[in-house]
Amino acid sequence: MAAPESYPDDLRYHPEHDWARVEGDEATLGITWFAQDALGELVHYEAPDVGTTVSKDASYGEVESVKAVSDIVAPLSGEVLEVNQKVVDEPEVVNEDPYGGGWLIRIRMSDPGEVGGLLDAEAYRAHVAEQ
Amino acid sequence: MQKRFPHARSVNGARVALVERTLLRTPLYERHVALGARVVPFAGYEMPVQYAGVSEEHRAVRGDCGVFDVSHMGELHVDGPTAQVFLQEMLSNDVDRLEDGGAQYTLLTNERGGIVDDLIVYRFGRGVFLLVVNASNRGAVYGWLKEREPRGTEVRDASDEYALLAVQGPRSLERLGLPDAPAFTHEMGELAGIEVMICRTGYTGEKGVELCCAEGDAPALWDAVLSRGATPCGLGARDTLRLEMCYPLHGNDITPETDAISAELGWACALDTEFTGVAELRRIKGEGPARRLVPFVMEERAVPRQGMPIEGGGEVTSGTHSPMLDRGIGMGYVPAASAAPDTELVVDVRGKARRARVVKKPIYRKES
Repeated sequence: MAAPESYPDDLRYHPEHDWARVEGDEATLGITWFAQDALGELVHYEAPDVGTTVSKDASYGEVESVKAVSDIVAPLSGEVLEVNQKVVDEPEVVNEDPYGGGWLIRIRMSDPGEVGGLLDAEAYRAHVAEQ
Repeated sequence: MQKRFPHARSVNGARVALVERTLLRTPLYERHVALGARVVPFAGYEMPVQYAGVSEEHRAVRGDCGVFDVSHMGELHVDGPTAQVFLQEMLSNDVDRLEDGGAQYTLLTNERGGIVDDLIVYRFGRGVFLLVVNASNRGAVYGWLKEREPRGTEVRDASDEYALLAVQGPRSLERLGLPDAPAFTHEMGELAGIEVMICRTGYTGEKGVELCCAEGDAPALWDAVLSRGATPCGLGARDTLRLEMCYPLHGNDITPETDAISAELGWACALDTEFTGVAELRRIKGEGPARRLVPFVMEERAVPRQGMPIEGGGEVTSGTHSPMLDRGIGMGYVPAASAAPDTELVVDVRGKARRARVVKKPIYRKES
């Protein structure tokens, strides 16, 4: 059920274990394999509302496992365009597929320049290795 | 006939359970690590919280058979010609009703009727008792009893001499090759050539046994139980399983500050016997408690947690996500007027009001 450890090269990463897939001025956000593994099987996703704004480095929601609850930190700032309802209904999808079906929100970036401040996969892997 | 507990040695000058400065390990620590368990500090021990995952382990116990290392729990011998009278004065339930080979859920109460610990007392023979106590209360219970130990009774902490495995689930007896037996009984037996005390007790609501063996035999017993198809289960599943059954957890749902009547544990209190705090418990029962411990399920998607306020003056004492119901469940103290099943509650989940409903025990009932 749980996915094998991976940190895809095409994503950018926040040190608080969140990822961003940037496409034009939009970005899809989620939590990394490391984050879901540390939390364990997710049982609840407290999602933000569509139309609200998220700010880089600030919490935009919560994910909760049987034993722990964690803030989800936004790697980038912007307006919430879509929430992954599939994860709201079946949070364990994040454990099974953290970078695919387990995405959390899609945003329109308010400051695309923030992307440059994120880690690439190699740097994030090094960061994880230090944890 | 007097059945002696295996390896029970009477020693002069019983060892005091010291407050440990470093984390202890059960004799199965290496097994847990080898199985890839996530190990966390719990009650002074490094304990496995999960192996494959809490929900998977939970379902293994509900559907087949799981095994838990609960060697961190404390075992106290209480022996001697006055031991039974002493335990009757210390414990809430009626020890006199215990026969040889019997076990009884009971409470160690303080003067206010508060709960120092909840425990199981096993009787081996006249004046020969074993108390299995919560790991986190081992020192407190030992200290409490030792301080009050009368002439003719010896209380001895033997926790480090024993390991304890809980093998639980509808197929557990079949997998272990054990016959069925009444709940709350125990007998000496052998499993895979290892001498074990087989207790028909548990904390999951499923059929099963708790196996107590000499500390040194634990790895072989663990291996034998696993080879018979039991799924290794951690403390995470132990908590979700017990909460679905509404079994209280000491430190969460019951404490020295909460009394047995408000905690709905009056059934474990023989109020016609004399024990510490009984007058206070009789008074609370007579007047009716101001607050009661109730089980509830969430009506909205949210996971209740210990310490969350319940609107109207209540508080969540245990909460989790139920793998069987796939929703948030919990227990908490609410004003007596809100304690009836079906009463709507509102839980403050980190600032968000989430609806819940009081239910009857147990929260999860098997369709049979």
